[in-house]
Amino acid sequence: MSAAAPLLEVRDLKVHFPVKHGVFGAARGMVKAVDGVSFDLAAGETLGLVGESGCGKTTLGRALARLVPLTGGSIRLEGEDMAQWTGAQLRARRRKWQMIFQDPYNSLDPRMTVGHIIGEALEIHQLASNARERQARVQQLLESVGLEGAHAAFYPHEFSGGQRQRIGIARALAVDPKLIICDEPVSALDVSVQAQIINLLQDLQQERGVAYLFVAHDLAVVERISRRVMVMYLGKMVELGPATAVVRTPRHPYTQALISAVPEIDEQSQRPRIVLSGEMPSPIDPPSGCPFHPRCPVAEARCKVEAPLLREIVPGHWAACHLADGSSSPC
Amino acid sequence: MLEIRNLELEFRSDHQAVRAVDGVSFSIATGETLGLVGESGSGKSVTALSIGRLLRTPPAFYSGGEILLQGRDVLKASDLELRQLRGRGVSYVFQEPGASLNPVFRVGAQIKESLRLHRPEAATEAEVVRLLQLVGIPAPRTRAKSYPHEMSGGMQQRVMIAMALAAEPKLLVADEPTTALDVTIQAQILALLREVQQRLGMSMLLITHNLGIVGQMADRVAVMYAGQIVELAPARELLRRPLHPYTRALMNAAPKLGTEGGRLANIPGSVPRPGAMPSGCRFHPRCAMARPECSVQHPELVSVENGRQVRCPYWNSP
Repeated sequence: MSAAAPLLEVRDLKVHFPVKHGVFGAARGMVKAVDGVSFDLAAGETLGLVGESGCGKTTLGRALARLVPLTGGSIRLEGEDMAQWTGAQLRARRRKWQMIFQDPYNSLDPRMTVGHIIGEALEIHQLASNARERQARVQQLLESVGLEGAHAAFYPHEFSGGQRQRIGIARALAVDPKLIICDEPVSALDVSVQAQIINLLQDLQQERGVAYLFVAHDLAVVERISRRVMVMYLGKMVELGPATAVVRTPRHPYTQALISAVPEIDEQSQRPRIVLSGEMPSPIDPPSGCPFHPRCPVAEARCKVEAPLLREIVPGHWAACHLADGSSSPC
Repeated sequence: MLEIRNLELEFRSDHQAVRAVDGVSFSIATGETLGLVGESGSGKSVTALSIGRLLRTPPAFYSGGEILLQGRDVLKASDLELRQLRGRGVSYVFQEPGASLNPVFRVGAQIKESLRLHRPEAATEAEVVRLLQLVGIPAPRTRAKSYPHEMSGGMQQRVMIAMALAAEPKLLVADEPTTALDVTIQAQILALLREVQQRLGMSMLLITHNLGIVGQMADRVAVMYAGQIVELAPARELLRRPLHPYTRALMNAAPKLGTEGGRLANIPGSVPRPGAMPSGCRFHPRCAMARPECSVQHPELVSVENGRQVRCPYWNSP
């Protein structure tokens, strides 16, 4: 590994869940929520992760946070294999990553004051030697996310949605993590507040050099905040590339359809619309060959039998499609 | 078709009255789509629910104005008249189809119930199948026997639309019909709404917070903020050149696909709660162009040009 080793190296990651009949029933199948995903994330980088519900993006985020058991593959954080950590070892390292959730209403304990919510993490990881120091840290954290130190004495219900999301961010920052997994952090917020939170996340990244895995379904938001974007479909990565390239010259037909489906304000910039027929198939029983072929407007005979591998179409831009090539000008 | 004049709606409790809708007026012509845009708490959903008088009174209380649906004032209608207006006059499609469908009945039975209520002469198996076909559900005969939980969100929303269309309404109110859906499914549902509207010549009130959807669907658009309409205009013109500072700020705050990065222009603060309205112009504490006068004077919604209305006296100043 060179000195510029990535913060996070994910290789052939698999997370499968058994589907059971009744309470004691035998597994009748496997949901391959994440099925062989590989990527790197550099320190201080933002990687956007998009896809429709059921594509496995949330499970991937939770796997990286060690919140679900891995079926296969490896995750290396700063060169160390995360899967090997257990018990005290795992607890000691948990402060290297944190999560921010979609719903700021449900992810804060309503019976705890904001000071307690943020201070708890400092306590667990022994990041403050006494109560006074802890209090000072909490105030600093609140101010860094645009709230006031005095807010520490309030309860979550006394805040608006946007303010609650700021509290969630302050809690995540408390342990000074290297990586924050943001799972749809602005989806529940109004547009005006959404912009505040996106700007805040960008500012905090510049100040602290924290890396984000930014999971969202809103492509415009993801493009805005991410350096690179990854697209998932049925547990597999179908495209990965620089954010502007993925949005402007998407290589995979699924990404092309996804982008064309975003309603545009500006008529002039309206791209030709591809309305996909049907819906994402069940991950219990995925289609043969390319998982996207039943809905793909350009599928050929071989797409039904042969699963496409992820290929580098142009430098730094990968797609898993038999028909993608660097010369064609997509949509 | 629909004309709302000066609607005032309050929520009253023992201690206080909170005005959620304050002097809202707009009309929708036959076959027209009006987009109603605003952030949460702006009063757009309660305005829409008032058309079918679907709010429980109390706590809701209509303190003024009238809602004329096909010439009849909904607010003065008797229970019998209301039953006739609901369904055939106005039907609703809501955001969360999973929460609006009854989980213990097959979807075919639920559509049939809607038919029995509003078009008893057509309450047949064949009509249920025709409606399911109309909303693009494959294998409608089999699907009519499904329970809601056996369907995806997109399919459930199609069933909701079929139920709303069963009554052959003159006005369809779609309240954030695609917010809970994925973007490819959203595109399907929007295309479906456009198609059935054209085929049946319905009017539509489309509530959304997504200005892109307004651009695709609406003929005219009304922007609400804190219980009032702040701008009303033909959709194309509003999106091309928003006049009210709030509309402008909303458009700048939404990231657009394929535009270069940089900071998003955010709107400081958050939408005021009803009952805690700022003095003067309700938007002034968050407005980038606010002047000292704005905290005192109450701007009126005034007609400016080409059927456009705006609630800001300084809309024309740079």
